[in-house]
Amino acid sequence: MSEHKDQGSHAGDAGHGADAGHGGAVGHVVPISVYLGVFFALMVGTALTTWVAYIDLGAWNTVVALTIAVTKMLLVVLFFMHVKYATGLTRVVIVAGFFWLAILLTFSLSDELTRKWEMNPLPWNALLPYISHLFSLVF
Amino acid sequence: MSDLAAHHNAHPPGFAHQFEQVDQQRDAGTLGMWVFLITEIMFFGGMFAAYTIYRSLHLQAFETGSRLLEVQFGATNTVVLIVSSLTMALAIRSAQIGKNKSTIIFYLILTMFLGALFLGLKFTFEWHRDYVDHIVPGFGFINRPEWGSLAPQVQMFMCFYFFMTGLHAIHMIVGLGLLTVLVTMTAKDRFSAQYYSPLEVSGLYWHFVDIVWIFLFPLLYLIGGRY
Repeated sequence: MSEHKDQGSHAGDAGHGADAGHGGAVGHVVPISVYLGVFFALMVGTALTTWVAYIDLGAWNTVVALTIAVTKMLLVVLFFMHVKYATGLTRVVIVAGFFWLAILLTFSLSDELTRKWEMNPLPWNALLPYISHLFSLVF
Repeated sequence: MSDLAAHHNAHPPGFAHQFEQVDQQRDAGTLGMWVFLITEIMFFGGMFAAYTIYRSLHLQAFETGSRLLEVQFGATNTVVLIVSSLTMALAIRSAQIGKNKSTIIFYLILTMFLGALFLGLKFTFEWHRDYVDHIVPGFGFINRPEWGSLAPQVQMFMCFYFFMTGLHAIHMIVGLGLLTVLVTMTAKDRFSAQYYSPLEVSGLYWHFVDIVWIFLFPLLYLIGGRY
């Protein structure tokens, strides 16, 4: 129970679940190779997204740029921020946060992009004949 | 083993009594920080949503405005921040495996240096140059003839640029303050392999600021039809 003192020497790069038996006092130690791999992937992503910006793909430029950005974000969130090794509760809360952001974007855009301004709007009484007709059908 | 001895053995430094176990305390701290980061996501999210809407309404003007920015500085700053995220992760890892405090402080100072480098590059080579070139809204902004009727929306794009990168820069400065506190705490032997929560939690903040920039870079610098 109190043999935590040797953690500094043997924990090294093993990481995994080695400290689960101690009640997880240290938390998951990520191997340096994983960190460097993620760093390299982030560098590649940055180079790629910069390179693609100078190629004409029309509307796909934005799609590619955002896809690469989301991938880089996932790498940082999962590995640098240790979410891959975090509790389910933490992960649900994070997903909820992104869901709320999605609500903000979705509802704002669906409002703005479905606004259709008429060049020559109808006068106020244009629909009156139709309303009168409906009224006579009902009563 | 007496109850008192067992009690002492179960209490590593930094362990708060309202928690039953150390890992529970650590998970609670992580969750709390994530809840704050979610409020930050909504904070930046508001600006991203506004940017998205204005961009969809004035695409050509936003593309024109984007081409006013210099990609090499944006890309360099992106690389600087990604390296700083790596050094931050390594600082936390050093604490986790019980390295001595000089290792942790080394990585923290390196992270701070990179953060300061980011701000230095941004303020001197980007913002100052923009001011000299008269494309800072409200500070001597001059419409250029080639913008034609797009001029007001090009100025709007530059507003978005300065507000979004400015808000991001404020977060970077706060991050540098956090790191200073962490360096001081580490120097005072506050952290060990059993207790490094402030490092972990500040790391989450720093990575978040990096992620915001990962999105700002393509949206502001790259999708301007540079071909």
